[in-house]
Amino acid sequence: MRFLTALALTAITSASAFATPLVGQPTDRALGFQPGVTPIMEQVNDFHNILLWIIIPISVFVMGLLGWIIIRYNKKANPVPAKFSHNTLLEVVWTGIPVLILVVISFFSFPLLYLQDTIPSDPDGEIPPAEFTIKAVGYQWYWGYEYPDHGIEEFASTMIADEDLRPDQPRNLAVDQPIVIPVDTTIRLQVVAADVIHNWAMPAFGTKMDAIPGRINEAWFHVTQEGTYYGQCSELCGLRHAFMPIEVHAVSRDVFDRWVEMVAEDPYSTEAYQLIADNSAERMTRLAQLD
Amino acid sequence: MSADAATHDDHTPSMWSWKRWVYSTNHKDIGTMYLLFAIFAGVLGGAMSGLIRWELAEPGLQVFNNETQLFGMLTLGNEHNYNVVTTMHGLIMIFFMVMPAMIGGFGNWFVPLMIGAPDMAFPRMNNISFWLLPAAFLLAFISLFVPGSGGGDGFGGGWVLYPPLSTTGHSGPAMDLLILSLHVAGVSSILGAINFITTIFNMRAPGMTLHKMPLFVWSMLVTVFLLLLSLPVLAGALTMLLTDRNFGTAFFDPAGGGDPVMFQHLFWFFGHPEVYILILPGFGIVSHIVSTFSKKPVFGYLGMAYAMVAIGFIGFIVWAHHMYTVGMPVDLKAYFVAATMVIAVPTGIKIFSWIATMWGGSIEFRTPMLWAVGFIFLFTVGGVTGVVLANAGVDQSLHDTYYVVAHFHYVLSLGAVFAIFAGWYYWYEKIFGVKYNSVLARAQFWLFFIGANVIFFPQHFLGLQGMPRRYVDYADGHAFWNMVSSWGYVIMAIGMLLFFAVLIESIISRRKADANPWGEGATTLEWTLSSPPPFHQFNELPKIK
Repeated sequence: MRFLTALALTAITSASAFATPLVGQPTDRALGFQPGVTPIMEQVNDFHNILLWIIIPISVFVMGLLGWIIIRYNKKANPVPAKFSHNTLLEVVWTGIPVLILVVISFFSFPLLYLQDTIPSDPDGEIPPAEFTIKAVGYQWYWGYEYPDHGIEEFASTMIADEDLRPDQPRNLAVDQPIVIPVDTTIRLQVVAADVIHNWAMPAFGTKMDAIPGRINEAWFHVTQEGTYYGQCSELCGLRHAFMPIEVHAVSRDVFDRWVEMVAEDPYSTEAYQLIADNSAERMTRLAQLD
Repeated sequence: MSADAATHDDHTPSMWSWKRWVYSTNHKDIGTMYLLFAIFAGVLGGAMSGLIRWELAEPGLQVFNNETQLFGMLTLGNEHNYNVVTTMHGLIMIFFMVMPAMIGGFGNWFVPLMIGAPDMAFPRMNNISFWLLPAAFLLAFISLFVPGSGGGDGFGGGWVLYPPLSTTGHSGPAMDLLILSLHVAGVSSILGAINFITTIFNMRAPGMTLHKMPLFVWSMLVTVFLLLLSLPVLAGALTMLLTDRNFGTAFFDPAGGGDPVMFQHLFWFFGHPEVYILILPGFGIVSHIVSTFSKKPVFGYLGMAYAMVAIGFIGFIVWAHHMYTVGMPVDLKAYFVAATMVIAVPTGIKIFSWIATMWGGSIEFRTPMLWAVGFIFLFTVGGVTGVVLANAGVDQSLHDTYYVVAHFHYVLSLGAVFAIFAGWYYWYEKIFGVKYNSVLARAQFWLFFIGANVIFFPQHFLGLQGMPRRYVDYADGHAFWNMVSSWGYVIMAIGMLLFFAVLIESIISRRKADANPWGEGATTLEWTLSSPPPFHQFNELPKIK
């Protein structure tokens, strides 16, 4: 039990103690969420921190009571057992207090849920309305992407095999044709599937949406930071379920426009690929210099 | 019943007579067979989790790469076979380990004993309930060796069996065999449920009103009602899956106007009550143990009983919290968030009532009590992460990640399984008539307690970092905690060896058990009988108060 407390306390205190948690992909030994780069994921993180402040004290409280019982009410310390088996007040209290705690949780939970599930449409809202749509199609075992508003036809996005990775590309996460989005722009994501159920999941965005044959699911995100973000299929889809990752590059509006121009002509344009690769290499050098 | 039969039944048939077991109508013999079956299935399911943890110990494909050989002779195949192993681990542990141990094993043994009944209401139906189970297991086992998907043999679509992966995604006969297996296991459970309901309602000893019934019997009553109401829904869904696969119906095929999500609703309408089926008997077991070793009556008996009834009821109206990401309307999600969180209230009542039972007691920390106290704490940890997951807003990030795996193993692998071991060591002498070595049994507890926490606590971190479930290989950023988790498995596996050491030691040394090894705190009727109890007990019904 002591081990557990130690772990639990580490989880709460040192979530921020890691020197540089990677953005957009998992960090080894990390304890909490990946850093969020959308307003939604930031709120998910905040809400989860609130929940930690509720659930860890509850666990510690129960552990403390058990510890006290072990010390105070063992056979040696207390040879004669008490006889009571009822206490109405106590029973009312331990029914009532959990109800109150749940009410407090719901105050945070429901607004987040409704924010997540409502695609922004208010031009004067804090988050601007969705500007365009990306359609993601799940296949066994890769993703297809289409930008209907830009006339970009569907292209396939397949995981890069280990032996073909560039040094800056993470294993099991990098793809040959990443999707590109402009930062500070609200984007509608439509998710469908061609064969079995898949799931388009991007931890840094707080987005996770099932791709189900026969229905179109919608999600949205609004990325506020340039960068390369990795996600993975999150619904079991067969043999290579673990090997159909998602790679999103959030770039400046200017780079995005140039990319669109190239890709609209040829979805597999090597120029477009080079543009994005250079852009991310540039950003990495810039970040390295900042460090 | 002829006089001849009555005299014949007076003596215990030889343990070595095969007819005693195969034709058995005796609730204690059938209970013992259920327990042995559960141990067998548990070892198999546990070995499968060993393959999973071996594969995940480090990044890359260690085991399921068509090359690595087990015992230098057998390759374990490819990523599909990994999916088969995770699928079968889940199904075996649920349908062939936890349910047979708790309901078939302890339920059969102690429901009649605790209510002062001579046997179950329908002894022959009890026999068929048991023997359907090995048949179901055999069907599932055969499915491992016939074609599943293009990837290889066996069904690798997860224990939830979602179509289209379980229809067009696995066109081979493995899935058909699995469907039949679950149908047969379902029939077995439904027959068992009918038997328990009838027994509990009609065969209580004179004076034992419902409100005087031991809590284990209450827990079984709620459990079997959940079984009776939820399993037919699973059977319906499975049948539709079978006809979709073989007879051209399109219940779940959008091309024919069906909907894959409909299956998920049906499955989880069964699946959520199912997880309470797995844990409720454990609640009953733990209540008795806590009361026995504290030498105090259970605190708030009625609250405890009706908390289980409430959990059972709410368990039926929260199913879609397993489906927050399928694209449900937001208002519907909001309902399921609210309903799900409500479960925390009766669960809290149970936790605090156990603590209050111990409060003021004169507690002996003997082997079963260790498991019970361990259960209470670990179930609390699993419970609070359940509250986190109930919130659809956060679940959007945690759904189908290792956080969920950690959560449900805290309530099942650390909850239900700890309760099973608590019950095993509580009733061991009663069942087998011999004492066990408590030093070894305590060592097993500590290895399990440490091992299980080392396996599953780090999985919370993996889930928060975004590691998806059912992944044969993961991003390098998940390496460290996966390695820790795999070392935890090694600790727990040593604990499992100790379990068998306890069993074998007790068989060899044959120390005669006492009727009541626990003293004044053990007040239920089974302790008034010898250990083991006579082949037929309560020929004269006991009077309660």
